[in-house]
Amino acid sequence: MLQREGEVRIPSGCAIAGIINRQGERFNGSDIIASIANMHQRSNGLGGGFAAYGIYPEYQDYYALHIYYDDEIARQQTEKYLNQNFRIVVNELLPLRPLRKIVDPPLIWRYFVLPREEKLMLSHLSEDDFVFRAVMWINDSQLGAFVASSGKNMAVFKGVGYPEDIGEFFRLEDYHAYLWTAHGRFPTNTPGWWGGAHPFTLLNWAVVHNGEISSYYTNRRFLEMYGYKCSLQTDTEVIAYIFDFLMRKQELSLAETLDVIAAPFWDSIQEKAQISLRRQYGALLLNGPFSIIVATGNGLIAVNDRIKLRPLVAATRNDYLYVASEESAIRVVAPVVDRVWTPGGGEPVIGLLNDRAGLLPDGEQEQSISA
Amino acid sequence: MIVKVVCSAEYCLGCGLCRIHCAAGHDGYNNSILKAYQRGTPRPRADLVYDQDRSWLNTCQHCPDAPCMNGCITGALQQDEQGVIYVDEEFCVSCYTCIMLCPYGHIHVGPQAVHKCDLCRGRSGQPACVDACPNGALRLIDEGESLCSM
Amino acid sequence: MSMNMLTPAFTVQRNPERCIRCGVCINQCANEVHHMEEDSWMWVEEERCVGCQRCGVLCPTHALTITEFPLHFRSNHHWSSAHIREIYAQSQTGGVLLTGMGNPRSYLSYFDHLLLNASQVTNPSIDPLREPMELTTYLGNKDSGKPDQHKPQLQLKVPIMFSAMSYGAVSLNVQKSLAQAAQQIGTMWNTGEGGLHADLREYSAHTIVQVASGRFGVNPDYLEAAAAVEIKIGQGAKPGIGGHLPGEKVTRDVAQTRMIPAWSDAISPAPHHDIYSIEDLAQLIETLQVATRYTKPIAVKVAAVHNIAAIASGIVRAGADIVVIDGFRGATGAAPMRIRDNTGIPIEMALAQVNQRLLDEGIRQQASLVAAGGIRSSADVIKAIILGADAVYIGTAALIALGCHMCQSCFTGRCNWGIATTDPGLSKRLNPHKGAVMAGNLLTAWEHEIKEMMGGMGINSVDSLRGNHLMLRGIGLERHELELLGVLAAGE
Repeated sequence: MLQREGEVRIPSGCAIAGIINRQGERFNGSDIIASIANMHQRSNGLGGGFAAYGIYPEYQDYYALHIYYDDEIARQQTEKYLNQNFRIVVNELLPLRPLRKIVDPPLIWRYFVLPREEKLMLSHLSEDDFVFRAVMWINDSQLGAFVASSGKNMAVFKGVGYPEDIGEFFRLEDYHAYLWTAHGRFPTNTPGWWGGAHPFTLLNWAVVHNGEISSYYTNRRFLEMYGYKCSLQTDTEVIAYIFDFLMRKQELSLAETLDVIAAPFWDSIQEKAQISLRRQYGALLLNGPFSIIVATGNGLIAVNDRIKLRPLVAATRNDYLYVASEESAIRVVAPVVDRVWTPGGGEPVIGLLNDRAGLLPDGEQEQSISA
Repeated sequence: MIVKVVCSAEYCLGCGLCRIHCAAGHDGYNNSILKAYQRGTPRPRADLVYDQDRSWLNTCQHCPDAPCMNGCITGALQQDEQGVIYVDEEFCVSCYTCIMLCPYGHIHVGPQAVHKCDLCRGRSGQPACVDACPNGALRLIDEGESLCSM
Repeated sequence: MSMNMLTPAFTVQRNPERCIRCGVCINQCANEVHHMEEDSWMWVEEERCVGCQRCGVLCPTHALTITEFPLHFRSNHHWSSAHIREIYAQSQTGGVLLTGMGNPRSYLSYFDHLLLNASQVTNPSIDPLREPMELTTYLGNKDSGKPDQHKPQLQLKVPIMFSAMSYGAVSLNVQKSLAQAAQQIGTMWNTGEGGLHADLREYSAHTIVQVASGRFGVNPDYLEAAAAVEIKIGQGAKPGIGGHLPGEKVTRDVAQTRMIPAWSDAISPAPHHDIYSIEDLAQLIETLQVATRYTKPIAVKVAAVHNIAAIASGIVRAGADIVVIDGFRGATGAAPMRIRDNTGIPIEMALAQVNQRLLDEGIRQQASLVAAGGIRSSADVIKAIILGADAVYIGTAALIALGCHMCQSCFTGRCNWGIATTDPGLSKRLNPHKGAVMAGNLLTAWEHEIKEMMGGMGINSVDSLRGNHLMLRGIGLERHELELLGVLAAGE
């Protein structure tokens, strides 16, 4: 009996790619599609997806919700919930290009919303936490509805199919973003459910992930203590929540966050602060092979597990930073590059928008980004 | 080079397993305890001493300038490069001078020759008594090793 | 008059073709089973034999066989021979049946029904010979916000510690062996409720001192000479009652260490008489924190009983840094047999339930969990960690490493292996230098085995193993048992 995402744990191998223009110049989706299409054999056609940042400048202060519905009833029930809690300025079907290769898509709707003032005040939550709770609720309790993305001026486009076909289906050539990430999936089961594809998002975080996390259940149970519901039972979901928990809730810096998820070995830890971090958040150590690209509105972070069990390559050309599972996926869109390198285990590649570079302490900037 | 087996009275149980394995390891019994004790004449090379609730194995100290070796009239008692004093049975005439000369009684009468502790020269590894002790009370020590480190 | 209906429990057979009349069996049996006449005729008093196998192990020609005495009752599933014999003993003495070591009855061992995962294809296994495999564990309260405000922690190189065994229940040489091994390996040993002997002060960085209901040996120096302090509310072998050291074992040295008169029974009260409810425990924890100037973790040890999840939650909220749960297979030097065999619950169940409860309440980070009670091998250790433990305590396994043969006669004080005795003549049978090597070897061997199993699962740090239930599957268990343990069945 085949079960779907959320009912059973489906490990997967994959392909990942990301491109950012650090000047903030926006470009359409053809490059990222070409990059991920080049790694066709790393997927098996059962999942593909993209995250795009900067695509809704005219609604940049609104939360852009992309929601998938199994049927009209689910949509009506969900929209009732949305109306109660949010001011909705736009609600429309996402423009699509039907393809024979994309079978049985769900209903995909797009909304630009803000929390209702009175509801927000009564909840005593920040806007972000309010939206976070609403998304958790819909994904967990609302049958037949799934929120694919819920960030500002960004969105995720994903489904069941090869990533290049998904890209074509969602007409990504019509969108312009300064940061694109992409994912192609090779799950070892047949989910048949669009919500299960990657990237996984939470507010402005979008995570794509290649590998399988053997520490999944340990990570999950820790996070559940703090209200995160791991309803999708995927590794990627847990990674996104870990970043949200450590950086947004616990206000750790990026360096500290990486010191938790890809912690240095005890034998080589020098700083007392690193020992304390590892001791306190040992349950959030990510064990198992992974290469991940975490994107936010500020830029992207790509990193491997600490013993480098998955591939990751990075390159720069002028204002562009490319990361991908394979060098060929970079060369196909940028045949000539200024620099190309392979980061070591646990060493991050950080590509931030130039005007956000202040988010990193000076030292880190030098060692992590080329040029 | 001074070598000898020392015994810690703190851990010696007086069980006698050291003597049993010593006897089986000499005189051609080839480490077979049954052969030595059921069909042969076992000859342990050292004696257990008891004093109230303590016991210990009294073993030859392989003295430098040993009185037994100095007094041997045929040169049967030799000291090898390791410092072990042993009996070359071919030359022993059982005059028993050595037995009288040893202040501690470490040499014993035998049928063809005298016998004494030879630190299991012909055996690889530790002396038989050291291996046999169930409580680690026996140790082979080398010159320079402190006895207190037991 | 008297006819003793208790026929011998063991029979001692001597093979005449192998016996060399060396007398080792005679001088090594503290129960005086073996005898030899002047003409070398040997005979045995089998009714004295407790089945400790000392003579069998030391006999240089393996001439001795010790087996259960073959006087069989007619087969009866309800009335086992043990039940019948126990009644004979009680009808002849009117006494409470005493016994030693842990519950031997045939209850289910859940560890034996749990299987481990291994990585195949979708996730590579990690090679422990070529890659670092981390077992370093910290025990303490990890929930204190900013890293520089962290509460005190114990650092363990391996997640295995030596369990509480008091001086008096065991010999000083046993404690010296364990303390030295703990120091060498980089873990902890526990004094038990008998106080801390002066000879053991040098190991204080690796010592956990126990404050039990009898408060034996508890003074400021005691607390000073410790890395952590453990309040012992109960132990798995005898939930609900206090420790019992028969007067025969209370030598002058034991008495001095415990601060009691020599040769008198040392019976700890059933409850701490200043802990009658959870808020009293909070007071004692705080008292000890103040007395140790907040520099040492305070642990609380309880037996695994029916309401253990709620109890553990209360203990954490009362301020304990470490919660120790002792399952019903836990051992003891002396306990009434009926309590040992019929009280308490398995550690596997307790651990799964406590871990889940602390997670549900969001307080799991506030205290480390230590599991104890019949941990027999490195496989049990790893399963306990997967079920949620931060570390385990081993007691029986450590004593077996030192030579214990599980004859359950500890309460007599005549332990032939020099372990559960304070008689100087018997205590010398355990050379602590040898003992430290043997105990250290056990931990080293288990450490390597744990690394192999972890590597097979694709995990290179014990941090990622803790509470990772998906790494276990149950086999031969009922559905409700699987649910209570929080594991799926093999095949799911």
